[in-house]
Amino acid sequence: MEASKVIHAIYTDDDVLMSAVKKVKAERHHIEEIYTPFPVHGLDKAMGLAPTRLAITAFLYGCVGLAVATVMMNFIMIEDWPQDIGGKPSFSYIENMPAFVPIMFELTVFFAAHLMVITFYLRSRMWPFKDAENPDPRTTDDHFLMEISVNNNEESLTNLLKDTGAVEINIIDKDEDAH
Amino acid sequence: MEYKISNRLRIGAIILMVLGALGVGYGFIDSHKSFEDVETMLSEESHHGEVSEVASVEEAHGASNVEGDHADEHKEHVEHVLHQVHNRPWAALYVAGFFFFMIALGVLAFYAIQHASQAGWSPVLFRVMEGITSYVLPGGILLLVVAFFADSHVFIWLTDGMTTEGSHNYDALVANKSGWLNKTGFFIRAIIFLAGWSAYQYFSRKYSLAQDNADINDNSNFKKNFRISAGFLVFFIYTESVMSWDWIMSVDPHWFSTLFGWYVLSGMLVCGVTVIAMISIYLKSKGLLEYVNDSHIHDLGKFMFGFSIFWTYLWFSQFMLIWYSNIPEEVTYFITRIEDYNLPFFGMVALNFIFPLLLLMNSDFKRVNWFVIMTGIVILGGHYLDIFNMIMPATVGDRWFIGIPEIGSILFFGGLFLLIVFTALGKYPLLAKGNPFVKESEHFHY
Repeated sequence: MEASKVIHAIYTDDDVLMSAVKKVKAERHHIEEIYTPFPVHGLDKAMGLAPTRLAITAFLYGCVGLAVATVMMNFIMIEDWPQDIGGKPSFSYIENMPAFVPIMFELTVFFAAHLMVITFYLRSRMWPFKDAENPDPRTTDDHFLMEISVNNNEESLTNLLKDTGAVEINIIDKDEDAH
Repeated sequence: MEYKISNRLRIGAIILMVLGALGVGYGFIDSHKSFEDVETMLSEESHHGEVSEVASVEEAHGASNVEGDHADEHKEHVEHVLHQVHNRPWAALYVAGFFFFMIALGVLAFYAIQHASQAGWSPVLFRVMEGITSYVLPGGILLLVVAFFADSHVFIWLTDGMTTEGSHNYDALVANKSGWLNKTGFFIRAIIFLAGWSAYQYFSRKYSLAQDNADINDNSNFKKNFRISAGFLVFFIYTESVMSWDWIMSVDPHWFSTLFGWYVLSGMLVCGVTVIAMISIYLKSKGLLEYVNDSHIHDLGKFMFGFSIFWTYLWFSQFMLIWYSNIPEEVTYFITRIEDYNLPFFGMVALNFIFPLLLLMNSDFKRVNWFVIMTGIVILGGHYLDIFNMIMPATVGDRWFIGIPEIGSILFFGGLFLLIVFTALGKYPLLAKGNPFVKESEHFHY
C-alpha cells in the first residue's frame, strides 16, 4: 500500500527544523507528526495545529474543585459537626466563609492541576507501561524527526527535505512496524 | 519615533488641573463650618429620619444622666463631627496625591526589576516607563507638602496634646510610639526616601540615554544601570515598607499589620503596569512605538492579571488573620470599614479581583487593546478606592462621600500627572536603541 509509506527527515537543530516546517507547509505537504527532545516554541503554530482546549478544561475542573470544597466544608463544619472555633459559632456558611477560603482555593488548584494532567495523558494516549511511540530513540536526546506521508512523490519530497537541511532521510513502510 | 505632547493634550491636562483646583477650593470653603453649623446639620439629619449617632446617644443618656453630662457629651460629639468635616478636603487631596504618586513609584520599581533581571522583552517599553517615573519627584514633593499642611487633619497622632500626659487628648499608645511617630522624624524619613528614589530615577534615565549615543561595543552605561538598579531595589524594598507605615498605616495609629508594606506594594505595581500598558496603547494608536507588538501588550496584561491576584492574596491574608483572631485593637479596623464603608470596601475587592480575573483570564483577551484599556480603567478605579479605604475611615469616619472635593483632587493630580508624564515622553526618542537587548525586544513574540 503506497499511502502507508512515510518519510522520516531528521534534523539536529530546532531553528533549522522550524524553517524546514515552514518550507514543507508552503509546498502543501502534510506533516504527520514531529518528534522533538524538548518543546519547540511556536512549532504548533508553524505546523498549523489547532489550539489546545486544555485551558478550558482546566477552568472547568477548577470550578468543580471550588464546588467540592464548598459542599464539603459546609457539610463538615456547619451541618454535621458544628464547632465553636475562635468564638464564631454562627452555624452559617456565609458568615464563616473567610475561614474556608484557603480550602476553597487549594481544592480549586488541586482539581484543576491533577485533572488537567490526567486529561492530558488520556488525550495523548499515554498510560503506564505503554510502549514508546517515537520512531527513533535519538529524538529523546538531540535529534528532531519530521514524519511526512508519501503519495507517489518520494523523489520530490526527498529533494525538498534535503534542501531544508535534513541530515538524514529515511523512507519507512509503516505496515512493517505497525503497532 | 519622536513624540511631542500635543497642544490638545496639554490644554486638556491644564483644564483638568484648573477644574480640579476649583473643586479642591470649593471643598475647603464648603468644609469651613463652625460649631453651630455642624450642630444644625446634625439635628437636621436626625429630623430627616436618618438615625444618626447623636440621636441615639441622646436617647440612651437622656433619661438617666444629669443635664451637665449630657451637654458635655453632645458638645464632644459635635466637635468630633466638626473635625471630620474639616478633615475631608485634606484627606481627599492626600488620597488622590498618593494614588498618582504610587503609580509612578510602582513603575519605577518595575523598571528597576527589568534592569536588574536584564529582561529581554521589555526594552522597547523603557522610554514609556522612564516618562512615567518622571512624576516621582514632583508628585512626591507635592504629596509631602499636602502632608505637611494637612498635619493632624490626616495624621491624628499630630493632634496637640496627644503625647502630653494629663492633656485632654492624651493617648498612651500614641505617646509610646512618639519616638517614631513625630513630625520631624516623619519628614526626615520622607525626604530620605524621596531623595533615594528620585536619585535612582535621575541616574537610570541618564545612563539609559547615554547608552543610546554610546559606541556599539560600549556597554558601560548599561552595566551601570544594572548595578544601580540592583542597589535601588534593596533600598526600595525597605523604604517602601517604612513609607507605607508612615504615610498610610499611621493614620490609624493604634492599628498595625505586618504585611502592610507588601500590600501597598502590590497595589502600586498593578497600577504601575496598568498605566504602562495604557500609555503604550495610546502611543501606539498615534502610530508611534512601532516595535511594540501584541506580545508586549500580552505580557503587560499577564502582569496586570498576576499582580491583581497577588494583591487579592495579600488583601485576604491581612483580612482573614485579623478577622479570625478577633483582637479588639486590630479588628476595629475592619469593623469600621465593613459597617461604614461597606460598598467601597467590598466593591473594591470586586473591582480589583473579580474583574481582572474574569476579563484577563483568557489568553487572547490580553492582546486585545481595548480590552486591556477597559480592564485598566476598572483596576485604576478599584485601587483609588483601595487608597480611599485606607485613609478615609481614620479621617472622616462615616462622613465620607465621593463628591466635589474627592473628584476635584483626582482631576487636579490626574491633570498634573498627564502633563508631566507626556511632557517627559516628548523629550527623547521613544526607542532605547542603545540597549543591548533592544533587538531581542523588537523581535519578541509569544
